[in-house]
Amino acid sequence: MEWSWQRIPSEFLVTGVKLCRQGKLGKRKGFLHVRKGRIEGLGIGTPTVEGIPALDGDGLVCGPGFVDLHAHFREPGHEEKETVATGSRAAAAGGYTSVVTMPNTDPAIDNTGMIRYLIDRGKEAGLCRIHPTGAVSPGRDGQGMTEFGDMVNAGAVGFTDDGSPIASGGLMSNALKYADVLGVPIITHAEDRSIVGKGCMHSGYWSARLGMAGMARAGEDAAVFRDIELAKAAGAHLHVAHVSTKGAVEIIRRAKNEGLRVTAEATPHHFSLDHSRCRDYSPLFKVNPPLREPDDVNAVADGLADGTLDCIATDHAPHTVTEKEHQFDQAPFGVVGLETALGVGITYLVNTGVMDMGQLVQCMSETPARIFNLPGGRLEEGAEADFVLFDPACQWVVDADGFQSRSRNSAYLGETLTGRVSATFRGGRLTWRDGG
Amino acid sequence: MILKNKDVLGLEELSAEEILGVLEIASRFRAVFDRPVRSVPIMRGRTVVNFFHEPSTRTRISFELAEKRLSADIVNFSTATSSFSKGETLRDTAENLAAMKIDMLIIRHSSPGAAHYLAKVLECSVINAGDGAHEHPTQGLLDIMTMQQRFGDLRGKKVTIIGDIAHSRVARSNIWGLNKLGAEVTLCGPPTMVPGGLARLGVNIEFDLKKAVAGADVLNVLRIQLERHSSKSFPSNREYHRMYGITEDVVRTLKPEAIVMHPGPMNRDVEISSEVADGPRQVILDQVANGVAVRMALIYLLSGGDPGALGVGQD
Repeated sequence: MEWSWQRIPSEFLVTGVKLCRQGKLGKRKGFLHVRKGRIEGLGIGTPTVEGIPALDGDGLVCGPGFVDLHAHFREPGHEEKETVATGSRAAAAGGYTSVVTMPNTDPAIDNTGMIRYLIDRGKEAGLCRIHPTGAVSPGRDGQGMTEFGDMVNAGAVGFTDDGSPIASGGLMSNALKYADVLGVPIITHAEDRSIVGKGCMHSGYWSARLGMAGMARAGEDAAVFRDIELAKAAGAHLHVAHVSTKGAVEIIRRAKNEGLRVTAEATPHHFSLDHSRCRDYSPLFKVNPPLREPDDVNAVADGLADGTLDCIATDHAPHTVTEKEHQFDQAPFGVVGLETALGVGITYLVNTGVMDMGQLVQCMSETPARIFNLPGGRLEEGAEADFVLFDPACQWVVDADGFQSRSRNSAYLGETLTGRVSATFRGGRLTWRDGG
Repeated sequence: MILKNKDVLGLEELSAEEILGVLEIASRFRAVFDRPVRSVPIMRGRTVVNFFHEPSTRTRISFELAEKRLSADIVNFSTATSSFSKGETLRDTAENLAAMKIDMLIIRHSSPGAAHYLAKVLECSVINAGDGAHEHPTQGLLDIMTMQQRFGDLRGKKVTIIGDIAHSRVARSNIWGLNKLGAEVTLCGPPTMVPGGLARLGVNIEFDLKKAVAGADVLNVLRIQLERHSSKSFPSNREYHRMYGITEDVVRTLKPEAIVMHPGPMNRDVEISSEVADGPRQVILDQVANGVAVRMALIYLLSGGDPGALGVGQD
């Protein structure tokens, strides 16, 4: 039977693809057999089943749908930047099938009603599995604790005041203990604001030269160290968000060697760009944590390669064009990342020899799903048919007009990336088709 | 053409030749100051906008004087610092200015890079009158002019800049300009105020004032921006004065021909003692006068003024 993109049947084959799973990219072409939203079978060569439509994926890689542990969908409160619907579309276009959303909306996601609201909005959009995190403190004010238990029952997958650090070590300690019993991690935005002050970029040569207030590495290192010590004392799972310094990578490496329950993520921008990008004062390079020095960039990439940093998370942070037209020191922190993550990963990690394709895909799917205990992110018999098809050699120029996100604040505008998503399926349903 | 670009954004962007060329023109204008009629009709019918997005008294007055002495039409507008959530973006400001068809924009802004942004989007010439802690090229030029008046060629001259380097646009413009002219620059101040990153620009960093001023030809004493130090990067004005203040005791150790400069406004008896501020080594009022001349030179050159018309090269 003929394959039709217009009507995706409930049972179909994907043929001619190289399967990429469990850290390995298949050398030979294989197939995927999808039936009623699940993976019925997969393997090398040609399938034995006949008479069902087959999508010819010749030249493409087929991996588990990507899982992002760190995205800001801005709803409710800042729908002018992004909504669950537009963010889901951006995610699907980037090959993602599951997204963990951050709770620093306005108002913050700090109660069960808000968790349910986000999950419902995700279902309405119907493109990704939305897994909300809840705020650690009501209103993210850093004072008390929100109702973790209630929110976990409603579907919260972790807690964080991301966007802001938790200044109080006492609160962090309690949050870690309390969350652990519920089986979810605390995600730390590790930043000691008394050290970082009013900085707007990495503290170093470029901040000194440009006359910008700097954000010292020590502000991140000290905060990561504190939170790891607290997690160690609590025996709890700490997840370190957006690691950007060589010091933090080293501290996490030591903690892992000690056997502590610490996991960590790195963003595409922190393993690809350094602080010299800020030289023309473009707020598109203003992020928190900031773009750091080349040896930090290398340490983050190496940390991903050796598993010190478990996974790649986008920290997709949409902002309006107007906000990013303010001067560097006045503009908000953050860049969008869902639609460029794969290309940045292939361009800066795989094509540079830091890691192979199998490992990259694992860092973007299986590992994040595993450490947050999420469904999806697995390409195996019986699993939900969440998968991505991508062309690993396609070169394309990043153009904001092509974004599905409502925002266009990408740090890669005009840059040529290698690797592009062709199609994304979630539960056997097509959620994105390039040019379709 | 003495200036290659349409804008003057920093001394980083100017070559040694451009700097020397501007200063030569400035010295011609400086000579006009002693005449009974100090204005020249060069800029008649041209509009210069002084856009000060940050409080400033002396730089604004100096620019205005320079513009008036060139007979330009002047529009001043100042805005209180606005927060990004409510304020107009610089792009909107720029588009408004462009629509009004002005000939030149002088901008002072609290954000580093603001002048560079406007220069990129506007067709008219832009002069940076200070962008955050980044650059203050006219101050750098007037400082260099003042040093030249004493020493002529600055190659091999030792210039020590003392104070809050981290927050100082004056320091950065001095560093770029002096390096290009072959002077040797040393930065001195409490370690909390001297970013180590600047060493890569080719300057010495010395935290001990005695060592920093030994053998110096010029001390450029920066204003301690008391309002910026809420997080306390030094213990007290008293201790600052004792450790880094330029006093008679310090001046006594200097070479006989060494000079003391200050961009103003001074905090007397904090970074500089009153005796030194009023003493024989200071050239502070020369700096002020040179400031007007330097600004006249830049405005003149950027509006296509003919250096020959001022008698340059006829000596």
